[in-house]
Amino acid sequence: MRYFSYKVFTFIVTITLVSLIVFSVFQVLPGNPAQIILGLDADEQQIAQLEKELGLDQSLWEQYISWISGLLSGDLGQSLKYQQPVLDILLDRIPVTFSLAFVSIVLTALIGIPLGIFIARTDGKWVSTILSMLTQLGIAIPSFWFGFILILLFSVTFKLFPSYSYVPWSEDFFGALRSFFLPSLALALSNIAIMIRYLRNTILDQTKMDYVRTAKCKGLSERWIVYRHILRNAFIPILTIIGMIIADTLGGSIIIENVFSLPGLGSLLIQSISSRDFPLVQSMVLYIAVLVVFINFMVDLLYNVIDPRIRLKG
Amino acid sequence: MEMKNKRSIPFLIGISLVLLMFVIMITSLFYTPYDPNMMQTDARLIKPSLEHPFGTDNFGRDILSRIMQGSQTAFIIGLSSVSVGLFFGFMIGACAGYFGGWIDELCMRFIDALMAFPGILLAIMLITVFEPGMKNTIFALGIMSIPTFARIIRSSFMQTKQFDYVKASKAKGAGSTHVIFQHILPNVMSPILVAATLSFSGTILAEAGLSYLGLGVQPPDPSWGRMLKEAQPYIATAPWYVIITGTMITLMVLGFNLLGDGIRDQQDKKS
Repeated sequence: MRYFSYKVFTFIVTITLVSLIVFSVFQVLPGNPAQIILGLDADEQQIAQLEKELGLDQSLWEQYISWISGLLSGDLGQSLKYQQPVLDILLDRIPVTFSLAFVSIVLTALIGIPLGIFIARTDGKWVSTILSMLTQLGIAIPSFWFGFILILLFSVTFKLFPSYSYVPWSEDFFGALRSFFLPSLALALSNIAIMIRYLRNTILDQTKMDYVRTAKCKGLSERWIVYRHILRNAFIPILTIIGMIIADTLGGSIIIENVFSLPGLGSLLIQSISSRDFPLVQSMVLYIAVLVVFINFMVDLLYNVIDPRIRLKG
Repeated sequence: MEMKNKRSIPFLIGISLVLLMFVIMITSLFYTPYDPNMMQTDARLIKPSLEHPFGTDNFGRDILSRIMQGSQTAFIIGLSSVSVGLFFGFMIGACAGYFGGWIDELCMRFIDALMAFPGILLAIMLITVFEPGMKNTIFALGIMSIPTFARIIRSSFMQTKQFDYVKASKAKGAGSTHVIFQHILPNVMSPILVAATLSFSGTILAEAGLSYLGLGVQPPDPSWGRMLKEAQPYIATAPWYVIITGTMITLMVLGFNLLGDGIRDQQDKKS
């Protein structure tokens, strides 16, 4: 119980700090935000009007409190460009980003986990050196450039996948899957590489443990030891890396959505920046960051469920 | 012997790539085959040839010359951002690790909060507010790399401060500054070096991403990321533009990653 309340406490503290960082960064905007939004030729009255609408005539502390209490009650403010509540715009875009992240994480797991186990079992041979170099390459390739290469290969040359078209799930399931496949793969590449490296190291570390030696002495087959013993113990580190990968995928989707013209949060973020729609940018940045903190919090709680020793130690 | 070879091959590849990039950067300071900004309207999107080894772009500019000049930006951004991140990361990590207690707790919550912004989101937010450009890109990417440094330095400090000679020095009445600079710092240099090398590549990747989004380095400063943005519409007609530019970013990042990993492996062997 103490472990749980400590985790909840740090979760709340971190989220509060995140919101303070986002809020204060947007306070630094040089000049009067109302002036910036309306442009140089706006008259005094218009500016005063907008200042009142944005609550800029209140003190900073009041502005922060009203922003946060708005967020908590689901009111994320009003977008300047779309003249719509920010929440409605986000709800429109979230399914796209989530689908992209979901397909990408599934691809990472499907490709990364078996390959990682395979590479760990071939340790010490030159195959593993080459595969290890390949994973380094996978980490080094910029995901958006890999996206270009995928478009060049699969859309331009072989015409197997659409390049810049988005099909919603509701319209056509397989069409949607096709439109998400290339961007998800581009996003997954570096995560697959990270997953492989991490899994390999974890399995190799576990192999040196006493319980593996005992299992070997008992005459168990290597395959049995890896799948029945090592992987169970490697599960906690794998969970950590999955938490990191989810956060990474959310961050990476910002660029990938722009490469493939997917109408998700990432492309909305960049459009809002160029149209100087600051309330929308501010809420989106906070939303994504809070989501990441929340995912880490859930991963922490899951540890606790999987391995009660953590709770006892804490 | 086998182990030694296995470890040193990636390291050698890494150091060769980094040296190659360094030579390209130094050469570009006083020689490029063409003026990187010279536009030739009659020589648009020419395929790689003897005259233009990497071809020309949509404005008829020589891609090789632009790649060479872009390497300067990559090195400047990499070095400066890592320095910014290292400076602040060191301050935060050293305080947290050395003093412990509530100072540690406070510093770590701040680092957790910074880490909540995935990928380049933190840099995007900062640049939205402070306007794109070279200086702000360095600043934003530097802040983005603070958590990595702070965490590594914190844990090194916590470990080192347990050692007897540090305790002895404190018992003799040495001040915090003396203990940190004379005893702890020499011991944490190697993990810092590894982290700095790996951050360098992370920064180059992030800069490419930011510049691709139009939020990084602005014209006339050359940037590989922005070159990719310019190359995207011609992906079908001039694929070499996209392929060459991306390959350069990949090689640079790969070089620094292999180098960092190699240094770490050497240290692990020593200890």
